[in-house]
Amino acid sequence: MEYILIIISAVFVNNILLSQFLGVCPFLGVSNKVSTAAGMAGAVTFVIAVATLVTFLLQYYILVPLGIEFMQTVAFILVIAALVQMVEIILKKVSPSLYQALGIFLPLITTNCAVLGVAIIVVSKEFAFGGDPHMLNLAQSVVYGIATALGFGLAMILFAGLREQLELANVPKPFKGMPIALITAGILALSFMGFAGLV
Amino acid sequence: MSKLNLITRGIIKENPTFVLLLGMCPTLGTTTSAINGLGMGLATMFVLMLSNMAISAIAGFVPAKVRIPSYIVVIAAFVTILQFVMQAFTPGLYETLGIFIPLIVVNCIVLGRAEAFASKNGVTDSLLDGLGIGLGFTASLTVLGLVREMLGSASAFGIKFINGDGILVFVLAPGAFIALGYLLVLFNKLKTKIK
Amino acid sequence: MAKESTLKNMVITLASITLVSSALLGVVYALTKGPIDTAQVAKINNAISKVVPAFDNNPSAEKFEKVFDGKSYIVYPAKSGGEIVGYAVESFTTGGFGGRIVLMVGFNIDGTINNTAVLSHAETPGLGDKMIEGKSNFSVQFQGKNPQDFKLLVKKDGGDVDAITASTITSRAFCDAVTSAWEVYKLCNEGNVKKEVADE
Repeated sequence: MEYILIIISAVFVNNILLSQFLGVCPFLGVSNKVSTAAGMAGAVTFVIAVATLVTFLLQYYILVPLGIEFMQTVAFILVIAALVQMVEIILKKVSPSLYQALGIFLPLITTNCAVLGVAIIVVSKEFAFGGDPHMLNLAQSVVYGIATALGFGLAMILFAGLREQLELANVPKPFKGMPIALITAGILALSFMGFAGLV
Repeated sequence: MSKLNLITRGIIKENPTFVLLLGMCPTLGTTTSAINGLGMGLATMFVLMLSNMAISAIAGFVPAKVRIPSYIVVIAAFVTILQFVMQAFTPGLYETLGIFIPLIVVNCIVLGRAEAFASKNGVTDSLLDGLGIGLGFTASLTVLGLVREMLGSASAFGIKFINGDGILVFVLAPGAFIALGYLLVLFNKLKTKIK
Repeated sequence: MAKESTLKNMVITLASITLVSSALLGVVYALTKGPIDTAQVAKINNAISKVVPAFDNNPSAEKFEKVFDGKSYIVYPAKSGGEIVGYAVESFTTGGFGGRIVLMVGFNIDGTINNTAVLSHAETPGLGDKMIEGKSNFSVQFQGKNPQDFKLLVKKDGGDVDAITASTITSRAFCDAVTSAWEVYKLCNEGNVKKEVADE
């Protein structure tokens, strides 16, 4: 039950893009086509899942025992950067077809604040899913990370679909490009607000 | 390029928010009021200036292949220093800005300036470049925060000018996208007028 | 410009940059630790002096814990001339729209609420954050009320509290935290409250 609540909360209610504003750069940058948006979403999901797992272990088995929690930001970003590189290398060797699909997005992910954002949220915030608030455990953290990434993907693909349609619309000149995209994103965020109070 | 030019171009011609569309997460996430926008802008400027300086100083020694990781470590160190300083001296603002403070590390503006400017220029120029871009970022965030605050809570810099509520949606998430969208329209319109 | 990349100089550069950064961070951490603690203590002390009547002791130094409903709360007694003049209870709820809300609730010795202060919250700016004093009149309605005859529920739920417009969840959570504080206060001040009841 708790896992279902985590997923609904992270995908719909607290959508990382539309209500928390993490990962907006790729959201605006690579959402011209549904296919690229889907590729980016896939790569982000993969990296967030692995990064959450690793940073969780890093926090509780290295930083906390040594009493150097203040190194958190430095340690996390280093781990994420190394991880992205590693994923890239492994993917290239193991599954060239997957690398073809996700590869070009991987270097962009290091500076996707959704990855670092989720890693920090998981180890710093208490969650209450129907019970008393508590820090997430390892399994919950990973589920939360993946669910957040799915929310990212959902918003990304919906938005890309809308932008494909916008290409065909006759938009006033000053609105062309980013302004109309932002306003569209605003309306999309408005519709996601309808999920508030669901969990 | 003159020293003054280095500072001013970041404010208008290469404004990170309105022209380059960089650093969108804090731009949208922290501008619920003019003061929050201003605080976030200044925090970013602090990191930008220091990291630009440090990176231009070490750029000569860093091998090309580990360039990005080295820069990220430098930036992350300055961000953590900023966290300590804010916790100690502006705890209220630190709490309001929340997760967006550590996330300055992955703000594309900071790494972007390190890579595009600081690694190729001298320490003083890099400092001025950081100052200029930082001022531009601060100005945009303050303007966006002010617009959202005026529309959304009918106040400016925390001072109420109409009794009663504003159009609430502007302080909520959707309002951030919409307000920035319309500000961009205005910016584009002005730019074509000037040309 | 950048040097040739050999394994040796890559490792040396990265290691030394990380080392210097960590050392720098350690130093700044040590330097700011004092001020950070002071800032946190100052925040609590400010909240205490806002919510209880004038006192001349140091409530932070005399704080104690009380357990209510399985959760422990911190209580700060305010004394004037050695006599207790009120209690500040650090209370919390997890029912807020954005999760946890931490309040400081001050009671006079007769059981009336003297004032409340929000210590931390994650409510929506412009909506739920109106519970903060000065942003709306919401918190003012609790001042001088005795929960014995002032029902700590929003009017929608049959209580006496005017909810913040469009923020019923936050208002409910606020009431919830004040109610817990009241229960904790009763535990601290059992004698006085019972006397009150007997007098009536």
